[in-house]
Amino acid sequence: MADEVRAVVLRVLGDIAPEADLASLRPDVVFREQLDLDSMDLLNFVVGLHAALGVEIPEADYPKLATLDACVEYLASRR
Amino acid sequence: MPILGADMTAGTLIAWRKRPGDRVTRGDVIAEVETEKGLIDVEVFVSGVLERILVEPGATVPTGTALASIREDAPSAAPGPVVAIPVAPPAAAPAPAMPVAREPGRRARVRVSPLARKLAATLGIDPTTLRGTGAGGAVTREDVERAAAARPAGPVPAAPPAAARPRMDVARMRQSIAAAMARSKREIPHYYVTHTIDLHRALSWLAEENARRPVTERLLYGVLLIKAVALALHDVPELNGVWRGDRVEPSAAVHIGVAISLRGGGLVAPALHDVDRQPLGALMGAFRDVVQRARGGGLRSSELSDATITVTSLGEQGVESVLGIVYPPQVAIVGFGRIVERPWVVGGAVLPRPVVTATLSADHRVSDGHRGGLFLAAVERLLQSPERL
Repeated sequence: MADEVRAVVLRVLGDIAPEADLASLRPDVVFREQLDLDSMDLLNFVVGLHAALGVEIPEADYPKLATLDACVEYLASRR
Repeated sequence: MPILGADMTAGTLIAWRKRPGDRVTRGDVIAEVETEKGLIDVEVFVSGVLERILVEPGATVPTGTALASIREDAPSAAPGPVVAIPVAPPAAAPAPAMPVAREPGRRARVRVSPLARKLAATLGIDPTTLRGTGAGGAVTREDVERAAAARPAGPVPAAPPAAARPRMDVARMRQSIAAAMARSKREIPHYYVTHTIDLHRALSWLAEENARRPVTERLLYGVLLIKAVALALHDVPELNGVWRGDRVEPSAAVHIGVAISLRGGGLVAPALHDVDRQPLGALMGAFRDVVQRARGGGLRSSELSDATITVTSLGEQGVESVLGIVYPPQVAIVGFGRIVERPWVVGGAVLPRPVVTATLSADHRVSDGHRGGLFLAAVERLLQSPERL
């Protein structure tokens, strides 16, 4: 489950930042800083996750999506 | 070749979307050009029939060069005569209205990320020949690397022909920005005013509003700022205009250029049109669309040439304020810093409040600090009633 979610998260991130080197993404570090994402990117990220996984993500939960590891944990728990 | 900003001196025609004999309607995209700002769709501003193509793909020409000739529709309602085509005849009857279907065999637009474009140029690969695996079919760095790895061993091929050679690079964009900003600082006597605005009401309203909206329709706080700026211009309209020769033309329409940073470096500021008349939901949709196209390709010529004021925000990068440089021929730019929590006096009590620093940089030949201050005060007032934006 977690691996599947992780693959989806990386795919959605790749869609938003096609030039990003996702292989070197540190899973425990805030990826907004690693990938230089702005608020529009984050909104598109949430929209992409919702479309791919069908998970409702309230705006209040956005901080729980800060790192790759946190994101996978949050999404896996809500599927 | 349209002038897509004060800094643009030339552009390269990449492809025609219409052919001689095709009917064109005002607003149709007829060509793609490459400029320092990326790949831009060129629109027409008249309706008629495309008679002749004057610039071939691959050619770089100065701004102002005629790209094609269009025979405008006669003012009467009667249909005009059949057009005699001086060059290759059209393959079919007049083209349908937008969107224009691509004919088989014609090269479709290929979106290329800035990094991929740069790498492709270095490796001597034409990115437009690759199948993109990124968002919306964008060619990514990985696609270019795969293509390079799959290339037969041997010497690196010569640079692609002029028509296919990537021309946009970060260094060129920086030169373009430098030229425009140097001109601005040299010619425009700037003045600056700053105001700190309490965002408690705006952010509280936004949180409630977004909780009601499906994820695809949520609003970004930046849209509230853009709309507030647009409405505040009704109070101080002299900030909304452009220089034409030696005088300023106030604009009845509010077209706000939004500064968008590009991933490979540099920035563009395409316009959101008629911002003061758009509801927030529609404005958010337009904002999302223009950011996506700024970063993926597909901005329209009109979007890069008709902004009447610019809004920039560097707040997400951690700075508290930004003092912008007016982008000629405009006369003002509004900047917003990041939201910070500060002690704030409310009804005699000190409370923590989210605040933002708004700045106005403006042309002193057109307005003065008093009017600029009234403008920022209007922005603040509008943000205290977000439900009315």
